[in-house]
Amino acid sequence: MSELKLMKGNEALAEAAIRAGVDAYFGYPITPQTEIIEYLMNERPENRTGMVVLQAESEVAAINMVYGAASTGKKALTSSSSPGISLKLEGISYLAGAELPAVIVNVVRGGPGLGTIQPSQADYFQSVKGGGHGDYKLYVLAPASVQEMADFVEDAFDIAFKYRAPVLILSDGLIGQMMEKVILKDQKPRWTDAELIEKNGDWAVTGKKGRERNIITSLDLQSEKMEARVHRLQKKYEQMEKEDLRFEKINCDDADYLVVAYGSSARISQKAVELARAKGIKLGLLRPITLFPFPQQELFELANQVKGILSVELNTGQMVEDVRLAVEHKVPVEHFGRTGGIIHTPEEIVAALEQKIINNGSFRHHKTRESSLL
Amino acid sequence: MEVLDIIKPENQVFCKSQLMTGNALSYCPGCGHGTANNLIMEVIDEMGISEDTIGVAPVGCSVLAYDFMNIDMTQAAHGRAPAVATAIVRTWPEKYVFTYQGDGDLAAIGTAETIHACNRGENMVIFFINNGIYGMTGGQMAPTTLEGMKSSTSPYGREIATMGSPLKITELIANLPGVYSVSRHALHTHKHVRKARIAIKQAFENTRLKKGLSFIEILSNCNSGWKMTPNEANEWMVENMFPYFPLGDIKVAGKLKV
Repeated sequence: MSELKLMKGNEALAEAAIRAGVDAYFGYPITPQTEIIEYLMNERPENRTGMVVLQAESEVAAINMVYGAASTGKKALTSSSSPGISLKLEGISYLAGAELPAVIVNVVRGGPGLGTIQPSQADYFQSVKGGGHGDYKLYVLAPASVQEMADFVEDAFDIAFKYRAPVLILSDGLIGQMMEKVILKDQKPRWTDAELIEKNGDWAVTGKKGRERNIITSLDLQSEKMEARVHRLQKKYEQMEKEDLRFEKINCDDADYLVVAYGSSARISQKAVELARAKGIKLGLLRPITLFPFPQQELFELANQVKGILSVELNTGQMVEDVRLAVEHKVPVEHFGRTGGIIHTPEEIVAALEQKIINNGSFRHHKTRESSLL
Repeated sequence: MEVLDIIKPENQVFCKSQLMTGNALSYCPGCGHGTANNLIMEVIDEMGISEDTIGVAPVGCSVLAYDFMNIDMTQAAHGRAPAVATAIVRTWPEKYVFTYQGDGDLAAIGTAETIHACNRGENMVIFFINNGIYGMTGGQMAPTTLEGMKSSTSPYGREIATMGSPLKITELIANLPGVYSVSRHALHTHKHVRKARIAIKQAFENTRLKKGLSFIEILSNCNSGWKMTPNEANEWMVENMFPYFPLGDIKVAGKLKV
């Protein structure tokens, strides 16, 4: 039976992982996502479903454990927060290179460096532009509610196995820590070993019983083979753009102005849309649910309709670059952000829209752009 | 009666294992890696566990081990093989899992992964090929480079005062309660090859019996890294490596040999 509960985002994600039939979780504590491993340790999923939970000695070890389990065709999950994700990037690059399915959760905090434990969206570049070494991309899901923290686990694994590629759930300290009602799905059984071999036996290392051996590697010393591998990866990313782009449009049909925001910024921007409309400003919200693939075409088309776009982020201006690329200078695009763990209020967003977009003429050269922050 | 007929099969050390793929080895002629690869495959074949074994090859000279070993294999990032193998063991506890790592991999960049996998007593085998140098990158100083030994990054010889002492990571690991058996071997003579083979078989038997972690260090020459002929390198190994890294059992059935 599905179940209605009041839970923290982190806990909902952990419970959803058990219910989605995930085989293994490897992690290392770091605020603000430690509830994920705490919840899993407390739930004893080894008894509930046979899921393995292990606290690794480091984030580096944890992501490489994910690599190991993923090599064998199992559903492997890890989670961390910004400084920990930086450590995991080596492993994430290897997962992408070796074409392994896995799900990584980043409950983002402020940075750089040790930064702060408060929410932030400062890991946007790291998440969507590669992050680790080499030409690769991550499929990035950005939840904006506790419900999506739960729902995206299974979605992420579906995508990961569809493409044999690592998938990132990019949350933040706000979504991870806040409590909301959540509907949890029914428990799904984990794949049996026989089912796993049937589904993944053509590539996974499970012991070469009844077949030729399988090899998992990201190494190709021959340049032609390596180039072919890189092109194969790019094909996957193109396919993701065509088949698995996700976004949400709120009050966009008649909008004169547009806010683009994801995750917790989108939650706050939704209220800003209401406030703006109460003042007579026809504001719409485009919420990218996947940050890669990014809703470029949708933005390009909306730019024919609106007079200006405000990219609202908890950083100094990262996604705004992708918005500008998509819009191709058709209308002014400005950024509004808070950092340091401070979240913007809906009123601040409306004020920023009025100041930076509505009252600031039409097209300006980038050199005349105002500071992105308050 | 032919000569081959009077050799007991278990004493025959020169046959190529059926589990070797036949691909040309990428190791330098005279290096111990080829023998070590072959021995492991021979034992796995003999035990009939090739369809239930998963090997983890790391970065370094042995990165291409999967080209030679005809079993399922995963290639791990530099130093991370024990973490990768941990997850395989945890999620497929009935499999035979081993890592095959060099000194730079296991004793430098992967020290943490090595020590913690050993400390957890993961039910697997770690093969540690120690040639005292970074082979693949062209002969740089390793944690196990001996005092005074020249390398491209210790061109005047390793100085203890600035570069620290050669790391006896095997002895260090042997002290961890999770580690079930530890021994050190070499492959430069028939006798030593046979001893190593017995240890390798025992290690996989330990896995079968779920005894925990078995750790086998194999001293090897690196004739190209040491800039010697294979014979000179073997002699140098006996004279210089053996006194610092003595051969033999260090821990047997969970008990340290004093």
